[in-house]
Amino acid sequence: MVESTVHATHAVVTLDVALPGIIWGWMITLNMWAKSIGTGVILVGAFLLYRHKKDEMPNLRWTMPLISFVFLNIFLLFTLTDLHQPYRMVNIFLHPHWTSAITVGAWMASLFTALITVMLIIGVGEELPGVPFKGCKLTAWGSRNGALYDKIFPFVVFLAIPVTLYTAIIMAESSARELWQAPAEVMQMMWAALLAGSAALILVSGKWSAEARKDLALVLAIATFFSFLMYMGEYFFSFKSSEAEATLAYVHAGGAYNTEFWFGMVLGFIVPFFIAVGSMKSDNKTLLRFAAILALVGLYMAKDVWLKIPQMLPLS
Amino acid sequence: MKLGFLVDLNLCMGCKGCEVACKVENEVPLSSWRLRVKYIDIGTFPDAKREFTPLRCNHCENAPCERICPVSALHYLENGIVNVDSARCIGCAGCMMACPYGAIYMDPETNTADKCTYCAHRIESGMMPACVVICPVQANIFGDLDDDNSHISKYIMEHQGAVQVRKPEKHTNPKHFYVGGGTQTLDPLAQQRLEGYSLFNNITHLDHVGDPNHGVIDRFLAPFESHEKLDNKSFVDFDNHESEGGH
Repeated sequence: MVESTVHATHAVVTLDVALPGIIWGWMITLNMWAKSIGTGVILVGAFLLYRHKKDEMPNLRWTMPLISFVFLNIFLLFTLTDLHQPYRMVNIFLHPHWTSAITVGAWMASLFTALITVMLIIGVGEELPGVPFKGCKLTAWGSRNGALYDKIFPFVVFLAIPVTLYTAIIMAESSARELWQAPAEVMQMMWAALLAGSAALILVSGKWSAEARKDLALVLAIATFFSFLMYMGEYFFSFKSSEAEATLAYVHAGGAYNTEFWFGMVLGFIVPFFIAVGSMKSDNKTLLRFAAILALVGLYMAKDVWLKIPQMLPLS
Repeated sequence: MKLGFLVDLNLCMGCKGCEVACKVENEVPLSSWRLRVKYIDIGTFPDAKREFTPLRCNHCENAPCERICPVSALHYLENGIVNVDSARCIGCAGCMMACPYGAIYMDPETNTADKCTYCAHRIESGMMPACVVICPVQANIFGDLDDDNSHISKYIMEHQGAVQVRKPEKHTNPKHFYVGGGTQTLDPLAQQRLEGYSLFNNITHLDHVGDPNHGVIDRFLAPFESHEKLDNKSFVDFDNHESEGGH
């Protein structure tokens, strides 16, 4: 009768109040997913610019900040929307509490988005004159300040790293959820950014050189491989914490979260990995785009499960 | 001064008087609890017994909720109480994710985080917390941990070896102690939680966090909406003739 803790203790809760359900739900999953794309395109874009000439990726200068801008705004919108008092978001700037990763992250993400906006204006001004309309003063200013783009870009690349990682620290500060350990979450966030960044750029790389696309496939393959490895390590070998084990039981035991998790692993990591490895040898744009879409869908599913299952554990 | 709490589980008889007193004193809304008493049945028939565990905020010295709060809505008072400033709270629920004791809830009326404050408003006026006053067996012991002559300090000294805190491995340094507790009563992972044993009904998990009647868009519209003035008559004088008859 001592084969498990509960049987050994024979303790059953016979009267209690209703406990809160999922506190951080799909909006936070979407928030993390969108941020991974928003920062990932900058990191992967910087890698491509280091490896290749600009001529090989003709639209990168404006597509990179455009994708980043769009997904950072999705991230910021859902950060705001998830608040129960959205108008008080301003308190983060008026009454910042610097021990909180939420505060530090909000400041960094705001600065990052502002810099990305400047890059977008310059990128569009230079490459797409007449967008959004002829005589637009903003893009005209952008077209005259191309040098500023190159000056702020290294700083933006540097800032993309803490912006993508700070959510891992928020999860680490969530002391009640032992599944989220800082080292594992930091690595998962980093791989997620590289995965999402390469996948997003693959979708706009139709006119790029085959060599540049090969590098994108390489980044996608490495990111999916290590993301999968991280999840497997946590899924099978989190033996050191009783709460983490109890949390993982919600996936191990089958059910909807088990299905979502394995869909995420297979669709998001395993299949894209093999397609990406194949694309490094033969340049198949369509197949690589398919892999990119699968990776983005799978990443969302994996993040969703990992966010929700620790919240199902009764804390008291 | 460092205020602390101690519950002698050997004395607690599960009357839930403290729960009700807390609800009334702090006007805690429906579906929310600052203090609750959990019933746990231990053993198998005929060697079974029922234990009662009052659960409230632990007012940790190293409080994870205070650390994660982005706007210092959760803050320390000079007497060690972890207090909440509802007017500053942005409702991010970070504190709910950080508190290892599940002691924080999202108030459905204000849509801000709230929790036990050891009745800070009463203490400021020189009174004891409501749950201490109401307890018929004096199982709740409250006082200054810095004062060696306080009741709580003496009680801790008298019961050395039997004093416990919840989840000490979290290094939160709780200022809420239990005497007479054990793994079965204090560790939620050592308890089986079956469906259908919740207070008053069969709801074991709340679908919503915060106001159930306010969706995402409503949160943005709330400051601009005017609500009809409600009085007792509003709840009695229903206009439901059409749905009831038609003839």
